Amino acid sequence: MKTSISTPLRWGAGLLAALGPALAFAQTPDKGDTAWMLTSTALVLLMSVPALALFYGGLVRSKNMLSVLMQVFVGFSLITVLWCVYGYSFAFTTGNAFFGSTARLFLSGLFDSSAGTFAMGATFSKATPMYEIVFVAFQATFAAITCCLILGSLVERIKFSAVLLFLVIWFTFAYIPVAHMVWFWAGPDSYTPEANADELLASAGLIWQWGALDFAGGTVVHINAGVAGLVGAIVLGKRVGLGRESMPPHNLTMTMIGASMLWFGWFGFNAGSALEANGFAALAFMNTFLATACAVLSWTFAEWLLKGKPSMLGAASGAVAGLVAITPAAGNVGIPGAFVIGLAAGVVCLWGCTGLKKLIGADDSLDVFGVHGLGGILGALLTGVFNAPSLGGPGLVTDWVTVAMGYPGIGAQLLIQAKAVGLVVVWTAVVSLIGFYVVKAVMGLRVAEEQEREGLDITSHGERAYTG
Amino acid sequence: MKLITAVIKPFKLEDVRQALAEAGVQGMTVTEVKGFGRQKGHTELYRGAEYTVDFVPKTKIEAAVPDSLVEQVLEAITGAAGTGSIGDGKVFVFDLEHAVRIRTGETGDAAL
Repeated sequence: MKTSISTPLRWGAGLLAALGPALAFAQTPDKGDTAWMLTSTALVLLMSVPALALFYGGLVRSKNMLSVLMQVFVGFSLITVLWCVYGYSFAFTTGNAFFGSTARLFLSGLFDSSAGTFAMGATFSKATPMYEIVFVAFQATFAAITCCLILGSLVERIKFSAVLLFLVIWFTFAYIPVAHMVWFWAGPDSYTPEANADELLASAGLIWQWGALDFAGGTVVHINAGVAGLVGAIVLGKRVGLGRESMPPHNLTMTMIGASMLWFGWFGFNAGSALEANGFAALAFMNTFLATACAVLSWTFAEWLLKGKPSMLGAASGAVAGLVAITPAAGNVGIPGAFVIGLAAGVVCLWGCTGLKKLIGADDSLDVFGVHGLGGILGALLTGVFNAPSLGGPGLVTDWVTVAMGYPGIGAQLLIQAKAVGLVVVWTAVVSLIGFYVVKAVMGLRVAEEQEREGLDITSHGERAYTG
Repeated sequence: MKLITAVIKPFKLEDVRQALAEAGVQGMTVTEVKGFGRQKGHTELYRGAEYTVDFVPKTKIEAAVPDSLVEQVLEAITGAAGTGSIGDGKVFVFDLEHAVRIRTGETGDAAL
């Protein structure tokens, strides 16, 4: 995603200079695209508040309901503010392979109030700019929900202040660089026959340079958050009474409502990641729809077969697993890919929440790693496979000057995807480990045991979710 | 006087109330309780976490009755609360020493 205020679109400039008035026309974003992206942004906001908050909230005990809602609500707001202060600038401006620059601190330069003009950002099509301010808002919701996802591993025992400090650290040193590495690039209009393609590539984020595909955030969002959650669960330790006392979800109705709203909002997340209202948005939309339904079925039937009963929590978890796994693939695979990725996600993530969870032994309370970490890894790898034109995928752009499509081969692309996954896993694990220990040293991570027993709603927030 | 305490399946409460009224019982106290007998509890599975729920929801009915009504009351409860399956509940009968109606000060059978 290239952002530039002053540079005119180079490809369009030469062509359109001859056409006169059409020049100005070409530089105005399409109204339909703009409307779709604003709508998508609002849909992704809905995924955090209230969808994720309700999904998570229903899974904890009633004495901790409000603490979960608060952590998500305030965490979302905190990251949104930080995004506008420095997050966007360091993630999506030209810098090095890991970080951007200070060019957009406090979102400066997005709107010229004296001239009444807006800065333009790039999409994935030539001569198709978008208002950069729309891209800022869209990406803000991604940064914020990613940070909120981590909270599921930490609930029912973490201090509210520790949540906030950790999120600041993790957002700054894990989310921002990973988003930059995976998604920042020069934009299609920079690629002209005269331009130096190698130089342009070198200005992109590291993982983009490798050629890894991540349509809507398999690495940036789900692996990133899933691994951070697991590290947090290990450092934090288990909830008091885990294994001795029963800790059933207090309201699976809320969880079902949350999962359903996640599904709804995810259309903005995935189809919106096309950055235009075009065919790839439609493909991402359908894949998101289909893979999720597949994962609901595969989780439900696998659970029915292996554990005896098909559960509502299983169906809701299957939906989220499918949504996670199709995220990096959404506009990068065809319908066959959506079938396979969805079906695989339900079964693999079920194992992630049962067999693998027992193996790891950490109290990843709401299975952030089992669903988001593992589902993200599965999706990121299978994206490389089902991108193949021979498997119904669209392939990828091999030359941004001519926008020629191609595909390096399943083995080669899978290797690139695996490299991307590996780097993100290691990066976020290290940052999270340091982050949690810093917070532990500064203020401590956990509430006192008696507060944990009484419940965080009363002891941390002074209120109860259910009275009367 | 006897104090009859019956622990029954919650959905049988209305049937039992009706049967007791027909048997001539004038009043009763009902409490929602949890417990287990031979029925035991059940297990619940939430993703990987399996919980054994030992205590099953039951309804406890307490009624004070004159000695003359005890046999009828026991028949009424067992008839109305029974389903023939495990977990139908139990009835306990206690001697009741004294009873007072607060409004009038009546005592003994007259207070029931």
